[in-house]
Amino acid sequence: MGRKLLLENAHIEGIRYYDTYRRNGGYAAAEKALKSMGPEAVLEEVKKSGLRGRGGAGFPTGMKWSFIAKPEGVPRYLVCNADESEPGTFKDRYLMEFIPHLLIEGLLISSFTLGANACYIYIRGEYAWIPDILEQAIAEAKNNGWLGKNIQGTGFDLEIYVQRGAGAYICGEETALIESLEGKRGNPRIKPPFPAVKGLWQCPTVVNNVETLAAVVPIIKYGGDEYIKLGTGKSTGTKLISACGNINKPGVYEIEMNISVEEFIFSDEYCGGIRNGKRLKACIPGGSSVPVLPANLLLKTAKGETRMMTYESLADGGFATGSMLGSGGFIVMDEDQCIVKNTLTFARFYHHESCGQCSPCREGTGWMEKVLKNIETGKGKMSDIDLLWDIQRKIEGNTICPLGDAAAWPVAAAIRHFRDEFEWHVKNPEEAQRRNFGLAHYADPLPVAATV
Amino acid sequence: MVQFSEEKLNKVKEIIARYPEGKQKSALIPVLHLAQESFGGWLSAETMDYVASLLQIKPIEVYEVATFYSMFNLTPVGKYLFEVCQTGPCMVSGSDNIIEYIKSKLGIGVGETTPDGMFTLKLVECLGACGYAPMMQLGKHYREHLTPAKVDEIIAECRAKAN
Repeated sequence: MGRKLLLENAHIEGIRYYDTYRRNGGYAAAEKALKSMGPEAVLEEVKKSGLRGRGGAGFPTGMKWSFIAKPEGVPRYLVCNADESEPGTFKDRYLMEFIPHLLIEGLLISSFTLGANACYIYIRGEYAWIPDILEQAIAEAKNNGWLGKNIQGTGFDLEIYVQRGAGAYICGEETALIESLEGKRGNPRIKPPFPAVKGLWQCPTVVNNVETLAAVVPIIKYGGDEYIKLGTGKSTGTKLISACGNINKPGVYEIEMNISVEEFIFSDEYCGGIRNGKRLKACIPGGSSVPVLPANLLLKTAKGETRMMTYESLADGGFATGSMLGSGGFIVMDEDQCIVKNTLTFARFYHHESCGQCSPCREGTGWMEKVLKNIETGKGKMSDIDLLWDIQRKIEGNTICPLGDAAAWPVAAAIRHFRDEFEWHVKNPEEAQRRNFGLAHYADPLPVAATV
Repeated sequence: MVQFSEEKLNKVKEIIARYPEGKQKSALIPVLHLAQESFGGWLSAETMDYVASLLQIKPIEVYEVATFYSMFNLTPVGKYLFEVCQTGPCMVSGSDNIIEYIKSKLGIGVGETTPDGMFTLKLVECLGACGYAPMMQLGKHYREHLTPAKVDEIIAECRAKAN
């Protein structure tokens, strides 16, 4: 069984509350950081740990922190990105709901390191019950001297506030999030300037994902050198994976980044295999925007090596034969699922969520949805497949923020790996409405799920 | 006339106090949530103008935000709003059947409200409950692992609460 750092105490009853959290070693890392380490040593430790942003982009956290500008007399802010909206991703929700103090402690250590005296947690509006949990944890932390003025006698002040969004995927993009926090539409900003220089209210700001900030706690507690011992290569430490789709045990799992994709899907410790004894057809391993992989490329790379649950291994082969770890939103599809229909739901999603600022994304996402809908409902033409390919090519890289790329990649990957399924839809419009294309050759030579 | 209670006005003040001096516009989204909860589950032009006056910003600044975010309803909705997820992970777990079931059970289409004003059906995009699919949002909470039987229970529960 893999070692757990974030969820190691998740099973303890009452861990949501301060007393239990504290009794089980909570706030020891904050004490260490504030009282005996100081900001520079904490930053060094985070750099040493190799921690990479857990929201999807995987940017080194220590490096991001080191970019923050420090002009005299200008406040700095830490913003916690809890907008978790990437389809397939529901890990941050789990952390916030069940171990809120882990996040609060992470925010305290991180704010201290950055020299921020105010921190905002921007949480997606639909998670409407979670702000109450977080605010209770904040109040408890404050009552125990971990927030407010002169924290634990160190002279450091910090206030944490929770702000709800109101339903907009784009607000997970850091500059759109900042706009939203300022009470505006979530239109991403042109970069540079980056938030580290001009962020919230034009002040230096760091925006990090919930899981990233929570991971700072074990890094400080055990040290960067210990953290790096878990995982492999540049995928250090542990990662939360939210697994969903046609598997026996959907849920949130903390994995050491040294297990294979096959083990993750089929072992009883994790997903427990494919539901109802079906066979694995395809998987989107890192949230809806990363490329879908057919089973044969999922479990082994194109070179025939075992595919691992790491940033590097999942990306092996580039977009031609690989994918990405992304946010850890792991969506598994069995032999009964229709790739065209699934791609259509994502195209509709990105069309709905496009902020409308850039024409290629605003127009292109709607166009892709329309063409996919035609193919799915039996009104497609062969030329539509090439048209789709053409549209996604023209969105990718031509927008202010990565939403355009996120919309293009799933369509491109679906056509790249499942073109025959699209063609089958066009050639057999009536049959395509009654049944799905099935496995074709995608699962060969794969074993049937062992036991159900 | 649209007017917050004393208690809600204090809440507004508390929200504004979270931001630096002069940055009260940042309170817009939280205050719009509060307004939607307080004034019938949707935002009328009058409500939005009221929020603008509270935050000392122009009404257009409120309209452009209210129209951007999908949680703000710009037309009246039923007492109970069923917001059912239809994105990939829910779809592969059978959300289509749940949506069809709700439609036939309530006798309404997507975006419609039952004649008694009790239920509105809205389809939404991923709500971050993919592992517990199919699901819907009902008020502040999620209803997960939906089955036709569970939908029946939820409808009965809403009816009982309304009586």
